[in-house]
Amino acid sequence: MKKMLDFVVRSNEQLNDKNHLLRVSPVTNEALPEIRPGQFVQIRVDNSPSTYLRRPISINFVDYCSNELWLLVQCAGDGTAKICALKPEETLNMIYPLGNSFSIPASNQARTLLVGGGVGMAPMLFLGKILKDNGFSPDFLLGGRSAKDLLLLEHFEKYGTVYYTTEDGCKGEKGFVTQHPLLAGKRYDYIYTCGPKPMMVAVAKYARSQGIECEVSLENLMACGFGACLCCVEKTIRGNVCACTEGPVFNIKELRWTD
Amino acid sequence: MDRLKVNIGGLSLKNPVMTASGTFGYGTEYADFIDLNRLGGIFVKGTTLIPRQGNDYPRMVETPSGMLNAVGLQNKGVDYFVEHIYPEIKDYDTHIIVNVSGSTIDDYVKCTEKLVALDNIPAIELNISCPNVKEGGMAFGTSCASAAKVTKAVREVYPKTLIVKLSPNVTDIAEIARAVECEGADAVSLINTFLGMAIDAEKRKPALSTVTGGLSGPCIKPIALRMVWQVFNAVKIPVIGMGGISNWRDAIEFILAGATAIQIGTGNFVDPAVSVKTIDGISEYLNRHNIQAVTDLIGKLEV
Repeated sequence: MKKMLDFVVRSNEQLNDKNHLLRVSPVTNEALPEIRPGQFVQIRVDNSPSTYLRRPISINFVDYCSNELWLLVQCAGDGTAKICALKPEETLNMIYPLGNSFSIPASNQARTLLVGGGVGMAPMLFLGKILKDNGFSPDFLLGGRSAKDLLLLEHFEKYGTVYYTTEDGCKGEKGFVTQHPLLAGKRYDYIYTCGPKPMMVAVAKYARSQGIECEVSLENLMACGFGACLCCVEKTIRGNVCACTEGPVFNIKELRWTD
Repeated sequence: MDRLKVNIGGLSLKNPVMTASGTFGYGTEYADFIDLNRLGGIFVKGTTLIPRQGNDYPRMVETPSGMLNAVGLQNKGVDYFVEHIYPEIKDYDTHIIVNVSGSTIDDYVKCTEKLVALDNIPAIELNISCPNVKEGGMAFGTSCASAAKVTKAVREVYPKTLIVKLSPNVTDIAEIARAVECEGADAVSLINTFLGMAIDAEKRKPALSTVTGGLSGPCIKPIALRMVWQVFNAVKIPVIGMGGISNWRDAIEFILAGATAIQIGTGNFVDPAVSVKTIDGISEYLNRHNIQAVTDLIGKLEV
């Protein structure tokens, strides 16, 4: 069940020049509901005259022990700047949990690869944890412009083997994620990806060419986040569907991406 | 709670707060957030004779204090509504009102005919003001002659409450209101969105796939209020006011300007519980000002 609820900021950690990790808990201290990897929240932006709509942010991690949601927020405009500026003990209003989730393969012998680019790494952390909890041994392939764009590495390393690419070559392999030798060397059964659209298109193209199951998490512009406004549509084999309710996660077989 | 009751062309509402078409799905999208039975009415998504896929993405862009949309009446068509959606929503204890749209007068009439027999649809809202479809839509709402013609044709086949939703993209909205009143409309609702556009300066491209779209949200409220006031002073039928209503205070302002009831639209996206908060706020306002009934406020702007 979706809920609109006030949260308190437990901590706000600046990870690099534009990304922040916010750990938030319900103000009422009520226990977090079951949240699935790939789901997102809609954050109301207070005190920002130029911002009217909520901001959709994917759920980075759920820590049930401390009753905290982790939100990896990239400061991209006025709205996200306000969210990134929140201080511990300040509150924010969220609608959550929204959207569908990544699917978990039936057999935990399946070889899974989680590909994240930039702030798109966010949902891969919680997905990796769920996979590991279910007996999988996920690999992570994370890409960024430079070393500072590779985020939360110490957390990813808890749940699987982590590979990197940077466009400037200062950490891991130089280039884009799809150029990493891992893809040529190891056969995967399932690839999950989230990041800039050109990256996801390239990953989807690779997966399709190899006959690998592949799910992508889309970041279409949305107004409501729960299927009422019909703004965030994605063209699929079933016609235009809302990315907020039928997604944000789609199997690439459903999409009409041409590459 | 009788003090919140209002009447729209024979249709009695438990309170004046309704939700606007295109912003509230079929109601069920909001069932996790509010008790739908508390609403005065729900105007469901614009419905057409033939299913529509709507416009290409991107269909939405945020603007100062509002947003532009170019959804383009995406819906599964009236037959799907009658067979699959109506059975799911018909038993809510609120009025379900269908927003009817079309490209030709024949479309409007045929679509309406399929809704007449539904016992729990007590009214329709004739959408002659959608700015996001290539043919029909707003074209019917921007001249007195065509607005009158489509209203007349639908009136002939629809004996229940007929509400006509007006476009603000006209020189004189009051004369359009008078034209549809003359042809038998039971009420008018206004305003639909303003035609607007947004540009990405860096890419030198329009923000919407359709270039232009419909502007909504608090940014349009002052113009909506003015139009409600003008129409209230021009017609005898009830006026349903909307345009940027985000709280009870906005709702009271529309009622003072002449609205018998109001619709909340874009505000639902930001606060999915805004409609019930508005009902509570109107109640408290009546208490605070010692006003017997909300109907005592309609058009009581002191000028």
